[in-house]
Amino acid sequence: MSDATVQQVQDEAVVHHSLLRRMGGGLRTFVRRSPMSAFWGVIAALIIVMAIIAPVLAPYPPLKSDFRAMTKAPTERHWFGTDQIGRDTLSRVIYGSRASLTVAVSAVVLGTTLGAFWGLASGYFGGRFDLVSQRIMEFLQSFPDLILAMAIAMALGAGFGTVIVAIAITRIPFGGRVIRSVVLSLKERAFVEAARGLGASHTRMMLRHILPQCIAPYLVLATTHLGVAIIIEASLGFLGVGIPPPQPTWGNMLADSLNAGLIPPWWLVLFPGGAITLTVLAFNLLGDGIRDALDPRLRGTA
Amino acid sequence: MPALLEVRGLTTRFRSSGGTVTAVDDVSFDVAQGETLAIVGESGSGKSVTALSILRLIPTPPGRIEAGQVLFEGQDLLTLDDAGIRAIRGSRIGMIFQEPMSSLNPALTIGLQVAEPIVEHRGATWRDALTRARGLLDRVRIPDAAQRLAAYPHQFSGGMRQRVMIAMAQACEPTLTIADEPTTALDVTVQAQILDLLKTRSEETGSALVLITHDLGVVARYASRVAVMYAGRIVEIAPARRLYRTPQHPYTRGLMQSVPRLDSDTAERLVPIEGQPPDLGRLPQGCAFAPRCRVVMPRCRTERPVLAQIADNHAAACFHHA
Repeated sequence: MSDATVQQVQDEAVVHHSLLRRMGGGLRTFVRRSPMSAFWGVIAALIIVMAIIAPVLAPYPPLKSDFRAMTKAPTERHWFGTDQIGRDTLSRVIYGSRASLTVAVSAVVLGTTLGAFWGLASGYFGGRFDLVSQRIMEFLQSFPDLILAMAIAMALGAGFGTVIVAIAITRIPFGGRVIRSVVLSLKERAFVEAARGLGASHTRMMLRHILPQCIAPYLVLATTHLGVAIIIEASLGFLGVGIPPPQPTWGNMLADSLNAGLIPPWWLVLFPGGAITLTVLAFNLLGDGIRDALDPRLRGTA
Repeated sequence: MPALLEVRGLTTRFRSSGGTVTAVDDVSFDVAQGETLAIVGESGSGKSVTALSILRLIPTPPGRIEAGQVLFEGQDLLTLDDAGIRAIRGSRIGMIFQEPMSSLNPALTIGLQVAEPIVEHRGATWRDALTRARGLLDRVRIPDAAQRLAAYPHQFSGGMRQRVMIAMAQACEPTLTIADEPTTALDVTVQAQILDLLKTRSEETGSALVLITHDLGVVARYASRVAVMYAGRIVEIAPARRLYRTPQHPYTRGLMQSVPRLDSDTAERLVPIEGQPPDLGRLPQGCAFAPRCRVVMPRCRTERPVLAQIADNHAAACFHHA
């Protein structure tokens, strides 16, 4: 074996993380073992692609009014109908996915990650820091998600960033508690003790020995909470404290539909509502599937 | 010659709902440079807690080192700050744990785990540390060391994992290695290989070895000196050869008689030590071994014998020799 090959193998030892290495083969196994979750994964992926290439897909600009067709039921020109000022519902649903997904993904990544690191430190150090941290998380969790997000969004003032921060804050305790419990059980394992015996510092123990094993629960948590975040975002929009109009979001569209009359036209309710339902369903079921795939012991539990 | 490690009056207690348990009670011993000291005793005699206390690895709470000194190269490890003790662990004192199956992180490659102490303590780059890790794996006789760097612990057998643990413990060429029952979890056939390896590696690096075990066979073959522990105390300490020929404490004698010997007359029966190891929370007032002792005297039940020199390098805690 030449020195170059040796070096290469050695570099691989550092670079390759078990999770990354298993991903290629893991994906195939995932599709074979749980075709339903894989199906919902494809739906979720399609929704994400739709958000990215919205300008290509949408037949009309989302804010353009067609004054010849106002509050029109679905036709060949407007597949999903139009709203009371003649904007194309299909285009708005497509563009709406951008706001919903951007907000949901940013909020979940921000909130769950922050919570995860907090939980990591809390579980690892324990003691008084853990006690105080857990009380703070319980305080946050004692409010219903929507009420808390609303209060924060209103306090900070309406806007794109505000909504993200508001939803992110409601996600912190979930990330924190789940990761903390994982850390608590890992901390008692012999290899953590062994690493300590060989002089690893706290940072190294947390980041190198404990954190990698938190990735699986983190992924499951994040995917499942994407659905929750989408619902909160839509609810905030519906209640008028979300992303301000005229930017189309699914929540805003539902709120607008109420202005179209005492009984809103069915297409103004069905399509944005259906988009929310489908997206939330896709992410939740995908999350369940990932959980089952990563931790077979949890199969069948909620 | 000053001793490499001097343990003086080490006392470690655990608090539990059932009261306070003194797991290690006023234990003192020395380890000279390059020597192998075995600490033997049955389960619960405090031998593992002694080892963990030296490196301050006792989980606190519930455990606490309440008294004593651990002088390593003249420096008291018990008074060091966090960073100070971390700089000793894995660098100047290597530690090998009981369970090779669970002492390696299942999510990290072998190479990374062996190289880590070198990066941590020597400030080496990962690339250099991995090159050294390859050499270390070679030296603990892991075949194809270069390829094995990228392997994960589950791809290794128990014996191989313990070899990896030895490589990790000796990565920074410590002057002292503590092995806490390194072969308990392994097949008998692998045990000898691991111990031979441990011994050779210690000799190669000039490292002293504290070998914690309950296996007297292991002791006879590998240790130069032996400390026998009972109920948290050292009851007898002597050079290995001497201890085997002339055990002085009734407990040590009991241990010797309860081990089958290949060279003995087959008609000779094994003599077990009667009774159970004592409950550390409720030790008798006198000698802890008195309730099981064959030669117990009235005095043993009221007074506690201290470890006293009975010959050169040979001390026992028994009134029969006071």
